[in-house]
Amino acid sequence: MLKILKYSFFDLIRSKWSYVYFFFYLVISSSLLYLSGDISKVIISLMNIILILVPLIASIFGVMYYYNSREFTELLLAQPIKRTNIFLGQYIGLAVSLSSSLLFGLGIPFLVFGIFRSSEIWNFIILIVTGIFLTFIFSAISFLVALKNENRLKGFGIVIFLWMFMAIIYDGLFLLSLIVFKEYPLETISLILSMLNPIDLSRILILLKLDISALMGYTGAVFRKFFGTDTGLLLSTLILIMWTVLPVWAIVRVSGRKNF
Amino acid sequence: MSHIIQIANLYKSFGKTKVLQGIDLNFEASKISVVLGPNGSGKTTLIKSILGMVIPESGSIKVMGTEIQNQWAYRANISYLPQIANFPANLTVQELVNMITDLRGKAAHEESDLINDFGLGPFMKIRLTNLSGGTKQKVNILLAFMYDSPIMMLDEPTNGLDPVALIRLKALINRKKAEGKSFLITTHIMQLVEELADEIVFILEGLVYFKGTVDSLKKTFDEPNIEKAIAKILLKNNVV
Repeated sequence: MLKILKYSFFDLIRSKWSYVYFFFYLVISSSLLYLSGDISKVIISLMNIILILVPLIASIFGVMYYYNSREFTELLLAQPIKRTNIFLGQYIGLAVSLSSSLLFGLGIPFLVFGIFRSSEIWNFIILIVTGIFLTFIFSAISFLVALKNENRLKGFGIVIFLWMFMAIIYDGLFLLSLIVFKEYPLETISLILSMLNPIDLSRILILLKLDISALMGYTGAVFRKFFGTDTGLLLSTLILIMWTVLPVWAIVRVSGRKNF
Repeated sequence: MSHIIQIANLYKSFGKTKVLQGIDLNFEASKISVVLGPNGSGKTTLIKSILGMVIPESGSIKVMGTEIQNQWAYRANISYLPQIANFPANLTVQELVNMITDLRGKAAHEESDLINDFGLGPFMKIRLTNLSGGTKQKVNILLAFMYDSPIMMLDEPTNGLDPVALIRLKALINRKKAEGKSFLITTHIMQLVEELADEIVFILEGLVYFKGTVDSLKKTFDEPNIEKAIAKILLKNNVV
C-alpha cells in the first residue's frame, strides 16, 4: 500500500492543480496577514474560507482523481497487489497531497509572520488540523461516491450536492428547525444534529478553541455549556475521527466487491 | 497434458445482462489460445474474471492449480495487456516502467531488447499524456512482456499498431511460446488467429460454443478460412 500511496502522491503533487491550490492559500493567507496584521482575526477569516473551500476542493479532486485514474487502476488490479491496498493507497495519496497544499500554503506565510513567537500558535494548529480532517473526510466520501457510480456526471452531481447540503443547506434547515420547534427543549437534538455534519463540527471545534462566544452560534454555545471547552474539543475531535474512519471503511468494503 | 487455467461452471451477470452462463474451460500450458466471439459475448469478462478484476457469482477458477477467489499473490504469474491503454498522465514512460517493476517486486526482463524492438527508446523520457495511441500500445506491450510471467493474457494486443510493430509482436509471441509461456489472446483480426492460434475458443452468449484447433474449426463448419467459419456460426445463431 505504501508504494501505491507514494506513486499517487507524487503523481498528484506534480499536477498543476496542486500548485494552484497551494498558491491560492499562500496568496490568501499572506494578503490577510499583511492587511490585518492580527493573527487571531486572520485565523477566523481563514476558518470561514477553509470550512467551505476544503470540502469543495477535496470532493471535486476526489471524484476527478478516481475517474481519471480508472484505466490505471485497472492496470494496478492486474498486478499482484491486494485490492484494498490499491484503493486505500490512492485515497491516502490524494488526501495527503491536498493536505500538504493546505499545510504549506497556510504554514509558510504564518511562519514568516512569526507564528511560533505568537500566543496564537495552538489556534493556528487547530485550524490546520481541522482543515486536514475535512480533506480526509471529503476525499473519502467523494472516492466512495465515485466507486459506487460508474457514470461520471452522476458522481460529480452527487458529490457537489453533498457538499452543498453540508456546507450551505444543512445550516438553513438547522436554523429553520430551531425556529419551528422553539417551544421545545432543543439542546440534545441540536447537539446531535451538529455532530452529523463534519463541517458544523469543525466550526465548533475551531471556535471552542478560539473561545469566541460571539461567533459560536447556538450549537457552539450549547456544546460548550454541555461539555465544557476541553471535553467539547475532545469529543468533537473523536467524532471527526469517526467521520474519517467510516467512509474509509466503506471504501474498503465497496472496492472489495466491485467489478472492473 | 497440464492445465494452466481451469474454469468450471462460471456465472456472471451485470444487472439483468447475463454475460457468462456456465463457462467450463481449461487452458493448456505452453500454447496460444485465442478467445473469439462477437462483441459483448463475454471475452473480456472472462479474462477479467481470471485476473480477479470481475468477481463471478458462482463457479471456480484455478490458476496453476490454486483457487483464485479472494487471492492476489497468484497474479505474479500473469501478465495482462488491457484493451485500453491509459496511464497516469504525469509520469514518463521510464517512471511508469520503474513503478510497475517496483510494484511487482520482480526485476524487469529483456527490457532494453523490447524497448529497441518497438522503437520506444526516444519516448522513455516523455510524459505518457503526450504519446500517440500506437505508442501507448507499445508501452502497454513492453509492460506486459517485461516480467517473464508464465501466463500472458493479451486483450486486443494489435490495437493501433503499425505493420512493423505488428510483425515484431507476432515474432515475440512465438518466441515466448517456444520458451514455454502460455498465451490467452482475444482479437478481432482473423489473420492473427490463423498465424498464431494453437487453439480457438469461441464464446457465444456466455457459453463455450466451440473449442479446438484452427483446422478443426474450418472442418467442422466446412469453410476455407476462419473468417467465413466464424461468420457462419454468427449467422446460424442469428447474432448479426
